[in-house]
Amino acid sequence: MRRAFFAILKRDLAVAGRAGGGGELALVFFLTLVVLVPFALGPDLNLLSRIGPAILWLGALLSVLIGLDRLFQSDEEDGSLDLIRASALPLELAVLAKGLAHWLTTGLPLALVSPLLGLLVALPGEGVLPLVATLLVGTPALSFIGAGGAALAASLRRGGLIVPVLVAPLTVPVLIFGVSAANAAVGGTVPFLTPFLILCAISLGAIVVGTVAAAAALRSAD
Amino acid sequence: MIFEGLSFTLQSGEAIALTGRNGAGKSSLIAMLCGRLRPDGGSIRLEGAEDEADLAEMSHLVGHRDGLKTALTARENLAFAQDVLGNAAATPDEALAVVGLGHAAELPAGYLSAGQRRRVALARLLVSRRPYWLLDEPLSALDTASQAMVAGLMRDHLAQGGAILAATHGPLGIEGAREVRIGP
Amino acid sequence: MASLIDLANPTRFMRFSAALLPWLAAIAALLIAVGLYLAWFSAPADYQQGETIRIMFIHVPAAWLAMMFYSMMALSALGTLVWRHPLADVAQKAAAPIGACFALICLVSGALWGKPMWGTYWVWDARLTSVLVLLLIYLGIIALWRVLDDPSRAARAVAILTLVGFVNVPIIKFSVDWWNTLHQPASVLRMGGPTIHPSMLWPLLILAIGFTLFALALHMVAMRAEIMRRRVRTLTILEAERLDRLAAQGVPA
Repeated sequence: MRRAFFAILKRDLAVAGRAGGGGELALVFFLTLVVLVPFALGPDLNLLSRIGPAILWLGALLSVLIGLDRLFQSDEEDGSLDLIRASALPLELAVLAKGLAHWLTTGLPLALVSPLLGLLVALPGEGVLPLVATLLVGTPALSFIGAGGAALAASLRRGGLIVPVLVAPLTVPVLIFGVSAANAAVGGTVPFLTPFLILCAISLGAIVVGTVAAAAALRSAD
Repeated sequence: MIFEGLSFTLQSGEAIALTGRNGAGKSSLIAMLCGRLRPDGGSIRLEGAEDEADLAEMSHLVGHRDGLKTALTARENLAFAQDVLGNAAATPDEALAVVGLGHAAELPAGYLSAGQRRRVALARLLVSRRPYWLLDEPLSALDTASQAMVAGLMRDHLAQGGAILAATHGPLGIEGAREVRIGP
Repeated sequence: MASLIDLANPTRFMRFSAALLPWLAAIAALLIAVGLYLAWFSAPADYQQGETIRIMFIHVPAAWLAMMFYSMMALSALGTLVWRHPLADVAQKAAAPIGACFALICLVSGALWGKPMWGTYWVWDARLTSVLVLLLIYLGIIALWRVLDDPSRAARAVAILTLVGFVNVPIIKFSVDWWNTLHQPASVLRMGGPTIHPSMLWPLLILAIGFTLFALALHMVAMRAEIMRRRVRTLTILEAERLDRLAAQGVPA
């Protein structure tokens, strides 16, 4: 069982690492979004620095959600989902492995490059580490809430934007507490830890709920 | 409703060739057997076990999709199948040699032709041991030499006490396969 | 033009480039060495910007090369779509990462210069911003190459994207300038200008030529690598099919 779990994890990481994997695209998309915002708002660094955490969080959220439709769809299309279904590994654990691989190739790199993008919006120095911390803790929630939506869309031939549309409303709490924790670190009335710990709790909850929901959706497909 | 009133048993060492015209429900029946589809009525029973799920875990499915990741090599694809399906039997390299693709182990599946990919998918039957083989058009995209090779694999499996249910249009190429026909 | 047609044959290109490459690399190394010496030890520090002016010697050639490589890619894209030159898409694919690197070098050196001069690594200055958008276009092109794994199919798609991008670059530049002046009165220091002193102009020119030759040499290496990569791919597929036929004859029917 452990072998099957790590086999799925390893395979998804390998597929993402080879040419055409989605991870690097999410990074480029993240960069693009962060670059676009000042064109809409104007190049005023004071303004950008005040809303910097919000820009970066929105960018990360959209970058994670945009690619999610392929999470199960590609496995469904080439038939390897049948292989995973035929395993003795419970479907929940298979979903956990896939969600984990998705986070490792999407959420984690996004969180790690966010300090660089923070330069673009003049994020104050003391706000950088807290921002990375909130993204590290918050993006797993996005991956796993998204996995639920992706599982629903697995058998749709045209997934496309349906997954972000399904999933985005469910990510509102993550966005609220992620941004407020990142903001709290650069000055505010709430201490950093209050929203941050709530964010951790949401993330842990999302991993469980998202995994179970995605497995149920995959079972009921067809 | 796809079909009704269908009843058959499959025993160890026995092969069934499932025939019927296109759309008769051959693939749906196979999907039911491996637990992907729920029948509206009726049951699928495994002697000596209670649960339908067990059947899925004791069966190999080679559907009309090959279940290969094009970015991974043939060997990586088989190693993945072995790890996921459990009950390791032949190593990926041995299995590839049996289906005549020993030289292609390092090639990404995306580089292989349709027939070669089909044979890699069939090599999955060898990397882990499962008593029931559910094959959907196993001979499609294969030339005559490869078809004979697959028939050999099926004969060996039957001789070892396995059972095979294969949806097919043409003859399976193995002696004593019982034919079950869906629809008119 | 005649030489371009001669080079259409990949084998001839391989031979030609193998002969040219050492010379190109040697001249580039020499020019860069001389240029860097002049830039570091002989050019004076700027009376306003101090020692940071020396960053310009890297920054300006990088900006120039980022634009030059994009123009080369656009030309190659035309070569793919109009003239169907067999090496055009190879040239284009090889150029993209090099151009992107120079755009990145331009941005990073600009940021390092900006920290002491503007007090921040990044301002949404019109020129920097334009280069950043150029980098994004480069990244898009590289991503498209990576997503489509069949080179012949990818070539035409990327060529179209490159040309659309090329038409867009002046528009982007214009609109970014407009956006920037609309929002922000230009109060920042401007580098260079026509009044640049000869003691700075010479190292800059030498370095610009040196870096250009260096980039062309890199481009040639990348093209050779791409040609060989495609050969390996084709040969592996053919070999697998050949062995397959042999193996098929061995199996008893």
